[in-house]
Amino acid sequence: MTDNSLTDTAGRTAAATSGRRPPPPIERIPVLRWIRENLAQTPFNMLVTVICLVVLFYALPSFVEWGLINATFVAADHTVCREATGACWAVIGEKHRPMFFGIYPYEEHWRLLVAVIIYISAVIITMIPAFWQYRILVPVWLFTLASTLTLMWGGVLGLPEVDNSQWGGLPLTLILFSGTLVIGFPLAIVLALGRRSSMPAVKAVSVVFIESLRGVPLITILFVAVNVFPLFLPQGLDFDKLLRVMVGMAIFFACYQAEVIRGGLQAISRGQYEAAEALGLGYWQTMIRIILPQALRISLPGIVNHIIAAFKNTSFVLIIGLFDMLTATTAVMQDPEWRRFTIEAYLCVGFVYFCFCFALSKYSQLVERWLGEGKKF
Amino acid sequence: MNTDSASPMTQQEQDGETAIELIDVNKWYGDFQALCDVNISIRRGERVVVCGPSGSGKSTMIRCINRLEHHQGGKIIVDGIELTDNIKNIEAVRSEVGMVFQSFNLFPHMRIIDNLTLAPMLVRKMPKADAEALAMQYLERVQIPEQAYKYPGQLSGGQQQRVAIARSLCMQPRVMLFDEPTSALDPEMIKEVLDVMVELADDGMTMVVVTHEMGFAKTVADKMIFMDKGEIVEIAPPEIFFTTPESERTQMFLNQILTH
Repeated sequence: MTDNSLTDTAGRTAAATSGRRPPPPIERIPVLRWIRENLAQTPFNMLVTVICLVVLFYALPSFVEWGLINATFVAADHTVCREATGACWAVIGEKHRPMFFGIYPYEEHWRLLVAVIIYISAVIITMIPAFWQYRILVPVWLFTLASTLTLMWGGVLGLPEVDNSQWGGLPLTLILFSGTLVIGFPLAIVLALGRRSSMPAVKAVSVVFIESLRGVPLITILFVAVNVFPLFLPQGLDFDKLLRVMVGMAIFFACYQAEVIRGGLQAISRGQYEAAEALGLGYWQTMIRIILPQALRISLPGIVNHIIAAFKNTSFVLIIGLFDMLTATTAVMQDPEWRRFTIEAYLCVGFVYFCFCFALSKYSQLVERWLGEGKKF
Repeated sequence: MNTDSASPMTQQEQDGETAIELIDVNKWYGDFQALCDVNISIRRGERVVVCGPSGSGKSTMIRCINRLEHHQGGKIIVDGIELTDNIKNIEAVRSEVGMVFQSFNLFPHMRIIDNLTLAPMLVRKMPKADAEALAMQYLERVQIPEQAYKYPGQLSGGQQQRVAIARSLCMQPRVMLFDEPTSALDPEMIKEVLDVMVELADDGMTMVVVTHEMGFAKTVADKMIFMDKGEIVEIAPPEIFFTTPESERTQMFLNQILTH
């Protein structure tokens, strides 16, 4: 076969017409039309636009005045802030280390900083499609795991040992989040497939597991994982508390995520299964190569939704005495000298949460676009 | 129910001659009987065209041959292997029997070449390079090698169906089943698919084709089967089938579709 496309009807018509017709006219959209189309399409939209403008008009100036014009950015001590009428951003300079690193020994904080930088770099590398190869990602993550755990635990290479009951702040948030995903996501897929299984026992176990745990608040699950679960263990056998918390969160995450994935699985047509069966593919081959890639792509918005929720759910560990970023901030702000500037500290922590979640959502949009290229489904 | 295992002697004797055999096959969907005492014997290299009104059980019959549907009574023997609940037998039959669907059923998240190499690599354990060479060979045979690195969504319906045929051929099956392969196509694309099928027939492939394309049937069929209400009404060579069919129901059906 030669490389021309004359044998194919659709190709030929496309080739014959392209290049002869003039390009489509460039559309210019005047400002007024843009406003009409985007801000005031209907009377209701017009009303919403007006309300938003009014709210902005009243709220924005006073926020700018409080947050920027009258704010204190640097202060030798809290008395400077007390005299100012605006925000006291200096509190972040004063308290950022216990906020971000919790009760980890003060002079060892650099270890956490390095660990967080290594971890985030690894995540960024993982997000870039060019690096999606086993020979890159496997070593990257082995190194990341080894180096971050060494830095955090210590006890080797002259680093003083720090027990994981003293871990806290941003590293703890990231550990809990990553653990939840790594344990929870595969579990979610298994549960989703299990619930659609034709084997009655597998199906029943999945349904009971999902429905019973989905109906329980996360706080209850964490409480059980930390306080009740050890009662059932034989004497002397004890799992690490942090690990138990992580597994509890992962199970909770998996139950929700399983239902999102199941939604995607249901959207795959019967014909896809039949084509795979007719080719002689087995169950797992069909699922891993044919069904799941399509189902996960379809349910990606919902999946990311729950991933973002899982990130913020890490702050629930407050009730079992772990100091994640938010809890650490609350604890730090008990300091009577700086107490009245708690809002500023919380805004800062909120901003950090926002950055992570916003990055996740933006990235998911990118992934959706990559996966959608050239494919209609 | 059909639980007794394949008895080797009788099938070994038939093996050289018979490719597919259906003996008193029955199937129900709830109370509705979809197949009623169906008996068919197809020799190796034979081209069989199945026709009949919609709901006559022709698709159900063809889908029973590779166990996409379970039959509830009778025996189906493909290539000497009886189809039972035995998953090993089912997989063995499926890897010998290719199937082309009305709605193509290409895998939309994979490029054409990956659609073609997937099964040879996973089921036949063929090395990637060999599988790709094989895939290109069959893409050339269906005359669209230039589409190898596109996605199914970028191809026309006729091209997609030709890819689907090539995908089945990559498993190097001994039997090809076609379930209304041109029914979802625009009229101008039907011919390109039928041309590929005629070529395949000329190469001596054993084919069972459910179709309403009577022109195609006249050209390639060795045997016509007419089904109605789950029963086989008539089995005849095309010369007789189209000119002097025995059954009145066949005559009525032919009158309807040949004069529409």
